Amino acid sequence: MNWLTDFIRPRIRSLVPQKEVPDNLWTKCPSCEGMLFHRDLDEALNVCYHCGHHMRITVKKRLGMLFDNGTYETLELPKVPFDPLKFKDRKKYADRLRDAQAKTNLKEAITLAKGTICGQKTVIAAFNFSFMGGSMGAGVGEAIVRAAEEAVASGSALVVIPSSGGARMQEGMLSLVQMPRSIIAVEMVKEARLPYIVLLTDPTTGGVSASFAMVGDIHLAEPGAMIGFAGRRVIEETVREVLPENFQTAEYLLEHGIVDQVVPRAELPETIGRILGLLMDKSACCSDTGKTKKTRKTGTAQA
Amino acid sequence: MSQLDFEKPILELEGKIAELRHVSGGSEVNIADEISRMQAKAARLLEQAYGKLTPAQKVQIARHQERPHFKDYIEKLIDDFTPLAGDRAFAEDYALPGGLGRFKGYPCVIIGHEKGHDTESRIKHNFGMARPEGYRKAQRLLSMASHFQLPVITLVDTAGAYPGRGAEERGQSEAIAKSIESCLRADVPIISIIVGEGGSGGAIAIAVADRVYMLEHSIYSVISPEGCASILWRSATHAEEAATALKLTAQDLKALDLIDGIIDEPVGGAHRHKDQTIANVGKTIEAALAELTPWDTNSLKQARRSKFLAYGRNFQA
Ligand SMILES: [Zn+2]
Repeated sequence: MNWLTDFIRPRIRSLVPQKEVPDNLWTKCPSCEGMLFHRDLDEALNVCYHCGHHMRITVKKRLGMLFDNGTYETLELPKVPFDPLKFKDRKKYADRLRDAQAKTNLKEAITLAKGTICGQKTVIAAFNFSFMGGSMGAGVGEAIVRAAEEAVASGSALVVIPSSGGARMQEGMLSLVQMPRSIIAVEMVKEARLPYIVLLTDPTTGGVSASFAMVGDIHLAEPGAMIGFAGRRVIEETVREVLPENFQTAEYLLEHGIVDQVVPRAELPETIGRILGLLMDKSACCSDTGKTKKTRKTGTAQA
Repeated sequence: MSQLDFEKPILELEGKIAELRHVSGGSEVNIADEISRMQAKAARLLEQAYGKLTPAQKVQIARHQERPHFKDYIEKLIDDFTPLAGDRAFAEDYALPGGLGRFKGYPCVIIGHEKGHDTESRIKHNFGMARPEGYRKAQRLLSMASHFQLPVITLVDTAGAYPGRGAEERGQSEAIAKSIESCLRADVPIISIIVGEGGSGGAIAIAVADRVYMLEHSIYSVISPEGCASILWRSATHAEEAATALKLTAQDLKALDLIDGIIDEPVGGAHRHKDQTIANVGKTIEAALAELTPWDTNSLKQARRSKFLAYGRNFQA
């Protein structure tokens, strides 16, 4: 019985082989199989311009498209114990961690940044799925606490963008306690009456979905994102229930009242900005923000 | 699985003793001698086996069907127990019963997983795997506890939250997350005991407490060893290694400072000594309550937060 993180492996397997080779100028859409020219795909924010399928996007690109003018400051990640359990399966966790760091050029499965969205001060904590499936251990949990502290200290909104298979089991119970720890972080932001928005992206499952990701003031989701507690395969295999094809998709969750809106990627900056304005900017006239909104550049290129 | 494989020689011996007793019926002294010799041997074997339990063996014991369940703890420790049902929205969840009662005379709220004790009750209680309704009822009881300033006792014993279509559709993740949030917001002391299996999110949903204790042979883990093995070793046959690597025993977790204490089980485990085990749990709850009473709401909540925020921060990097 392994419904927490069982689905990470198949998902990684299905996603990693996608070619990221720059000299291959064409990519095939995994949904409609249409051919996509890499520069056009990049401009379309990794959304298939034939069928609208949302592919994963790097954190760098994500932050660049969300923050005003593509400018933001990254925050240093807090230090946490490296491989606290000295965990070893067929491979040492310490080696897996080092490999992930080398492969992604990142320290952990999360990146923290601050800047403004439609003029509203915002701290973003964005998950890197390519780093061990975006799994949450002490490093990720501590980073969410750090993001919350920064939001409170600077009077910013907090936006967390999960893309994670769940808890990082190589950290054992230390990863499970990140569920309450990340919710404590959210509590700090809520007590300061600052907005906490969750942008659910593909995938958000297991211990990540059952913690900070489900206690947002606002839950937004990207089209087609897989969001749920137990993996589809686990449900099919252990309970043998028949599941609808769109089970656990963002659209399915919208229907079941779990997310507020499903928002196409290109509309995210405007939507998040508008919500933050409504929640944070109490001045009667918002025509200024309206203008900022229209003239703001989506700075994917310079990020 | 009412027999543990490592206990087989002991169980065989115990069987023989029972047989001898049966046939001896007041005959020669040497049979009585033989019986007491075998009894001593059985006790020695038990002591040996329980003195060096592996994590995988502890997993088996933690899941043993004869271990005391929620119902047994209520019967022995709680007076005036008054079960409270339902999440006021969808259903009652028999996997996660709760209610009001008196512990040593003191009124409190009790919530816990119930796995059931025979086929019929196991099905009724869904093998202790709660659905969103269970966690929403927990939220309701936690806020009622705050309202009436009653301490909360939670007893954890679940393989995990139920993975099913309906559970997903009704927001299993949200229900668990909000249950954790409710624990953090509670204005009253919460004491949690892992009495059997502490299975991932479905367990911690009701175990974000001021004091967290584990029974000596209980387990608490982010994932089952079988699940972990099938992902990381690509085969569930490596569950024993996974059980060790996950550091899921009470002893491991105490050493990692992730729980507050271990409650002794008599030699041979809770499944052999229900009453003694339940009494030990009662003593621990009593001591914890004495420590936490009276309470100042704000400092209590602050201390609970600090306690969880401290997890992992003192490890050597
Ligand atoms: Zn397509």
